[in-house]
Amino acid sequence: MSLFLIVALPFLGALLPGIMIQAGRRTCAMATGSVTLLALIGLLAHAPAVLRGEVIQARVEWLPALGMNANFFLDPLGMLFAFLILGIGLLIIIYARYYLSREDSMGEFFTYLLLFQGAMVGIVLSDNILLLLVFWELTSLSSFLLIGYWKHTAEGRQGARMALAVTGMGGLAMIGGMLILGDIAGSYNISDILQARDAIQASPLYVPALLLILLGAFTKSAQFPFHFWLPHAMAAPTPVSAYLHSATMVKAGLFLMARLWPVLSGTDWWFYIVATTGLLTMVIAAVIALFKDDLKALLAFSTVSHLGLITMLLGFGTELAAVAAVFHVINHATFKAALFMTAGIIDHEAHTRDIKRLGGLRKLMPITFVVASIAALSMAGIPFFNGFLSKEMMLEEASHTTWIDNPWLVPVLATIGAMFSAAYAFRYIFHVFGGPERDDYPSKPHDPNFGMWAPAGFLVILVLVIGILPAPIEPIVFTVAEAVMGAHGDVPEYYHLAIWHGLTPALYMSIIAVVGGAILLALHRPLDRAWLAAPRPEAKAMFDAVVAAAARAAGGITGRLHDGTMTRYAAIFAVTTLALGTLAYWTGSVGPATREMHAPAIVPLVGWASLLLAAGGLVMFHRRRLLALVLMAIVGLVVSVGFNYLSAPDLALTQISVEVVTIILLLLALNFLPKETPVESSSARRTRDGFIAIVGGLGAGALSLALMMRDFAFPTISDYHLANSYKGGGGTNVVNVILVDFRGFDTFGEIIVLGIAALVIYAATEALLSGPVRARLLAWKSDQTDAGDAHPLMMVVATRLMMPVVLMVGVYIFLRGHNEPGGGFIAGLVVAIGIIMQYMASGFAWADARQRYPYHGIIGAGVLIAGLTGIGAWFAGEPFLTSAFGYFRIPPMQEFELATAMAFDLGVFLAVVGAVLLSLESFARIARKSGETVPEYAMDIDPSREEA
Amino acid sequence: MEFLVASAVGVLTAAGLYLTLRKRTFPVIIGLSLLSYAVNVFLFASGRLVVNLPPILSDTAAGYTDPLPQALVLTAIVISFGMTAVLVVIALAAFLNADDDAVDTKGDSAG
Repeated sequence: MSLFLIVALPFLGALLPGIMIQAGRRTCAMATGSVTLLALIGLLAHAPAVLRGEVIQARVEWLPALGMNANFFLDPLGMLFAFLILGIGLLIIIYARYYLSREDSMGEFFTYLLLFQGAMVGIVLSDNILLLLVFWELTSLSSFLLIGYWKHTAEGRQGARMALAVTGMGGLAMIGGMLILGDIAGSYNISDILQARDAIQASPLYVPALLLILLGAFTKSAQFPFHFWLPHAMAAPTPVSAYLHSATMVKAGLFLMARLWPVLSGTDWWFYIVATTGLLTMVIAAVIALFKDDLKALLAFSTVSHLGLITMLLGFGTELAAVAAVFHVINHATFKAALFMTAGIIDHEAHTRDIKRLGGLRKLMPITFVVASIAALSMAGIPFFNGFLSKEMMLEEASHTTWIDNPWLVPVLATIGAMFSAAYAFRYIFHVFGGPERDDYPSKPHDPNFGMWAPAGFLVILVLVIGILPAPIEPIVFTVAEAVMGAHGDVPEYYHLAIWHGLTPALYMSIIAVVGGAILLALHRPLDRAWLAAPRPEAKAMFDAVVAAAARAAGGITGRLHDGTMTRYAAIFAVTTLALGTLAYWTGSVGPATREMHAPAIVPLVGWASLLLAAGGLVMFHRRRLLALVLMAIVGLVVSVGFNYLSAPDLALTQISVEVVTIILLLLALNFLPKETPVESSSARRTRDGFIAIVGGLGAGALSLALMMRDFAFPTISDYHLANSYKGGGGTNVVNVILVDFRGFDTFGEIIVLGIAALVIYAATEALLSGPVRARLLAWKSDQTDAGDAHPLMMVVATRLMMPVVLMVGVYIFLRGHNEPGGGFIAGLVVAIGIIMQYMASGFAWADARQRYPYHGIIGAGVLIAGLTGIGAWFAGEPFLTSAFGYFRIPPMQEFELATAMAFDLGVFLAVVGAVLLSLESFARIARKSGETVPEYAMDIDPSREEA
Repeated sequence: MEFLVASAVGVLTAAGLYLTLRKRTFPVIIGLSLLSYAVNVFLFASGRLVVNLPPILSDTAAGYTDPLPQALVLTAIVISFGMTAVLVVIALAAFLNADDDAVDTKGDSAG
């Protein structure tokens, strides 16, 4: 199975649970499980090749210019993690099927779970660090959704937010680190980066990159001092805790450190940061875990402690430490997932997770007791359980690690960590299952059904098998460890996984740890009292305080900058733009004018004068809004005529038709808005605004003049368009050919934007009409006196007569567009105006009743036709929107041209008609709601109709 | 001729800027419309001014003006209609909701 498919399967599968839940919970869980199983089988099919030392690859270029490619590779390290993710994932799905109650929405749960699974598989198989970052953030997001799955609980919401804030922050830091790393190595592919050890470690940016990447890894893997989010993440349903927060996601940080081990490790920086952080985390979390009464909190801190252990091993940087790290990843995943499942079972059956309210469950829940005990003994590091093997390897490595010339510090602290670890593991057994049976359990506990304990049972069988017979798993562990080390180390020939290594220091340390653990448990009662009495920093309170302070600071700044005085923003924007323009003028240079000025003819002079008068009048009389509209129309008219005069007939046609619809639109709005603008600004304010305006106008005018008086600084691409318009595009109207052919993709985007704008208007109107404004509109009293005749007979007759003519003109303009001025945009506007005339003359209801197709549909059809025309080119083996044309002759007609661009232009036409009419119709509907009378008949006076 | 176009752009910009800085929605909308006229004409003028040489290919034409700015401005005109329409509906909704067409938010310094 292709690696793409393995990564994609969980994502595709995430669509299933939501649908399958309709067929019942069992089907839903089975569908989810099959997806994971399928991916697991696909993965395992590669296992023989990977163990032989081959690296499976799958690559496709995504954004090659940025070095971001969808490259995946599968080596032993990725294989191990992918196997853990999919394998434990499968067990968790079975477990969750029985764990989730009827009130929990199972479809939603499994959708999130599969999203997470896909993201996680993506991380471990990525061969591109940018791609890895994408998946990395996806795991943070899906973890957020899963922790907050029980949305109704405050702990769930707060825990989810905290996890997202901490891991998200780490993720941001890591993006920076990864970019530096890729920059030094000259490639973002992990396989290339792994070859660049010397360049990376010699770079002055090695330390910043290392710190940033470790920040990402430490937050994800809950290392001290970022460990605090993990216990709060336990608000999630237990399957999530078992899966994300012990077996897989929190190991993503470890995975990353292991993946980059060959290039980042081996330096003092690496050793002192990683090993020290790991050691501190291991000891501190183990101590806290002993005093947690909530089963899941105990397990959460124990997870943090074990993650610290593995981090420390990776930090040591020796070959055997790498072997121990890999081995402990496997062992921890098996026993900790099983422990979480048993915690979930106890919670599920006894309805409490509080150790102080439990005890004596040994006889009531015998199966759970056996399963939990095996897993906990493994965690404690007792021989014949797999945890013992890797923990002893850890102690062995610790025993000869020197920390700044001190040979005692690391071994002693490691033994103390192991001792507390043994203590809380024993506590999990003796305080929950041991002791006398009680009669005050919130619910009478008993063993759960088979489906619920089977996954945990399966895992503890692995715990025992590996613990007693480590030889079969040895080649896997060694292959993965060598994959971690890459070219920078090998597992020594003599070394083997074994229970008995002789009377080594590690054995004595193990004995001290186990015996010490037992003593600690015996002294638990007085120790617990002392612990509770001692002042302890509360991470959540500190986190909340930091968040609250940040929110206050942000709120303060925003409130100050963004206080709703929008006219001030506009002024600041204008002044800033002017300042930048002035700066550019001072620092740049302007060459001498190279073009002659055209002598102005008399007609343009008249037009210019009227434009100036109209613009001046607008400033003077803008308070009288109807007059302002008239003046604005004059400006538009002069601009259109000017376009026509200056060899731009297409622009002239477009501008004049847009002008018509804009003015109608503003008139419709003015029906409701006040007709006068009151005098509000002081004269100082008006002077200030006038000054900004005049400076801006002078700048814009001078810039235009300077531009027009000089030739092009660089050769333009326009000649290409002129030369190829007919040859390549089959049209003589170059502007239209550019729109529908050369830059068809732009136009396609543009009609979509236009359509969206119209839909926004429609949606805003809908919201307006269904909101509190509705009542206001119903009681609306127009401040205008009504015209005596709302639908004058002459106008109705004239518009009806005009309608076919307008449509014909529209078709004509549309058809000639490719060769003569015209085209879809203009034809669309013309037809829209024709229809608006009917609305205005005959009334909204009358016109609307005759309008057969909804305007949304017309917009959609337009975009669809344009898009399909573009896609059509694919079938001819050409890129999107490549046009084709030909000349045909059907007697008795003359020869005519057909071009695919015409279909595209039809799409443009429909989108424009739909968008213009949908916007205007929305305004008309507001008017109608306001009680504007809509006559039943098109004409108020109809001689043929008898007055009722 | 160039001076006429340049001064028209300048005057439209000035009037547009002044109206954009007003305190009511309607003048602001008119101001933005004036600014889009100015910008469209400016973009168009970047192809330089040519009289009587439309970019319609024919055997008898003496030459052609630059077609590219025209194509860009054509879509810009249509899009600016769409944007004006959206602005108008927002202004209308704000007025109908608050019975006030002031641009600035009043008495709510946090928002």
